[in-house]
Amino acid sequence: MKMIEVKNLTFSYDDTKTTIDDISFSVEEGSYTTIVGHNGSGKSTVAKLLAGLLEKKSGEIYLGGLELTAANLTKIRSLIGIVFQNPDNQFIGSTVRDDIAFGLENHCVPQPEMDEIINTNAARVKMTKYLDHEPTRLSGGQKQRVAIAGVLAMKPKILIFDEATSMLDPQGKDEIKKVIRKLHEESSLTILSITHDIDEVAQSDHVIALNKGKIAMSGTPHEVFTNEKRLKEIQLDIPFALKFRNALARKGVKTDAHITMEGLVKELCRSDSNM
Amino acid sequence: MPIRFEHVSHTYSAGTPYEYKALKDVNLEIEEGKITAVIGMTGSGKSTLVQHLNALLLPEEGKIEILDRTITAGEKPKNLKSLRGDVGLVFQFPEYQLFEETVIKDVAFGPKNFGVPESEAVERAKKALAMVGLEPDKFERSPLELSGGQKRRVAIAGILAMDPKVLVLDEPTAGLDPLGTVSMMSLFSKLNREMHKTILIVTHDMEQVFKYCDRVVVVENGSIRAHMSVAHFFSDSSFCKEMNILPPSLIRMKDLLREAGFEIDDRIHDIDGLASSVARQVKQHG
Repeated sequence: MKMIEVKNLTFSYDDTKTTIDDISFSVEEGSYTTIVGHNGSGKSTVAKLLAGLLEKKSGEIYLGGLELTAANLTKIRSLIGIVFQNPDNQFIGSTVRDDIAFGLENHCVPQPEMDEIINTNAARVKMTKYLDHEPTRLSGGQKQRVAIAGVLAMKPKILIFDEATSMLDPQGKDEIKKVIRKLHEESSLTILSITHDIDEVAQSDHVIALNKGKIAMSGTPHEVFTNEKRLKEIQLDIPFALKFRNALARKGVKTDAHITMEGLVKELCRSDSNM
Repeated sequence: MPIRFEHVSHTYSAGTPYEYKALKDVNLEIEEGKITAVIGMTGSGKSTLVQHLNALLLPEEGKIEILDRTITAGEKPKNLKSLRGDVGLVFQFPEYQLFEETVIKDVAFGPKNFGVPESEAVERAKKALAMVGLEPDKFERSPLELSGGQKRRVAIAGILAMDPKVLVLDEPTAGLDPLGTVSMMSLFSKLNREMHKTILIVTHDMEQVFKYCDRVVVVENGSIRAHMSVAHFFSDSSFCKEMNILPPSLIRMKDLLREAGFEIDDRIHDIDGLASSVARQVKQHG
């Protein structure tokens, strides 16, 4: 089933420039899709349009088979959870527990049920030990994990990460990537993640590359990130494994294109023993 | 003349239950005219260390010598204003500090505040904005209308307009896309090469340290764990592993190749050299 379907979506912040220019794509239920593109390519705008935080100019958006309109905005929003970039801008509660509870309280969930949901979701992001801590004193990675737990507590079908790792230190980035991978493996959540991180892209099922408000490329991480010419055109970084493969080719050793170093080294070992 | 830290300590909230010793007896000499990376885990004391360079934080013990000035613990620093003109400090996420109505006014604010006449301040602002690569059609716009990367460049231009001798940048590329990162780092490299600025960069990104920096200072638990040349630091991944740092791609590739049985010389420091070595070995086995 298509969990997200976007048809001919167009949007502009002002009349001088079209930020999202007639894009169409769909995302299967339970899949993990990453959206890449340089700053200003329209990535975050797409996320905001999906969540109904911005109003489209034209086109259609369907989430869980339901069309996004002003009339069913509340229903649509209950399907979606978003984790934003800045871990400091999304806290409300004075403790981790209160923060995760915030959305549930707004929905008048009874106390015993609420406790169970909080505990379950804190465990999913490995923050059980910190339930009574102040969010402000946590590390960036921990803050983002709390934000994820708060969003999961609302039982969304679609989880959107809007550059959720870009402001974190390497350890924090790693924590969040692991949480996302685990959520993908263990649940039927549909995950959409906007990112610059090639390692995160490599762990997703599908990549959409945006450029100037249009879809420049779409496919598996391998398909998209081995298309060197196009990557350069849309100003994206070439994975190191691919750069190294090219350097090897210049020295007369031909290999397949890989996006991970591990993949490339494996092949080199094979060709080494086969020769 | 190098920048010198002698037995410098710093404690936050001293005498309260929140007392925290952020720097402990730091001795460090930073060469002028180089790009030095300051690395370490979150909370290790990197930012505390660099904020001593323009006396934004004062040492609790010890002294700091910088550009013919000495900042000594327990003494009121002299000529603070001129020091702050000479040592430009760019905080993390500096774009949150933009406040003027227009980009040009925001960048000209610093020099004006230091007594530069209006017209010259505007000239300097224009020059600084050109350096960071912001198009002139944005000069009269509100800084709040710009994208995140553009705002960051405006904030850095605000410091460059002061024409500091030493430039200290606290995670200048955090949150930027790959292209934004490259253009930012190239700018610092150019400022160092062509205008001989001494540059200190606090960063978590080892690719940047490897590619753009001369020296690396590792801060751990408020102490200097290591200070050495970048080439030495990355001769293999042992330092990185010890310090729980993800090494740059090239070093990770060298490691993976070694684990797979290739012989890789420590001195290889570029992708073509590594490819030559691997290609030779693959062909030999053939």
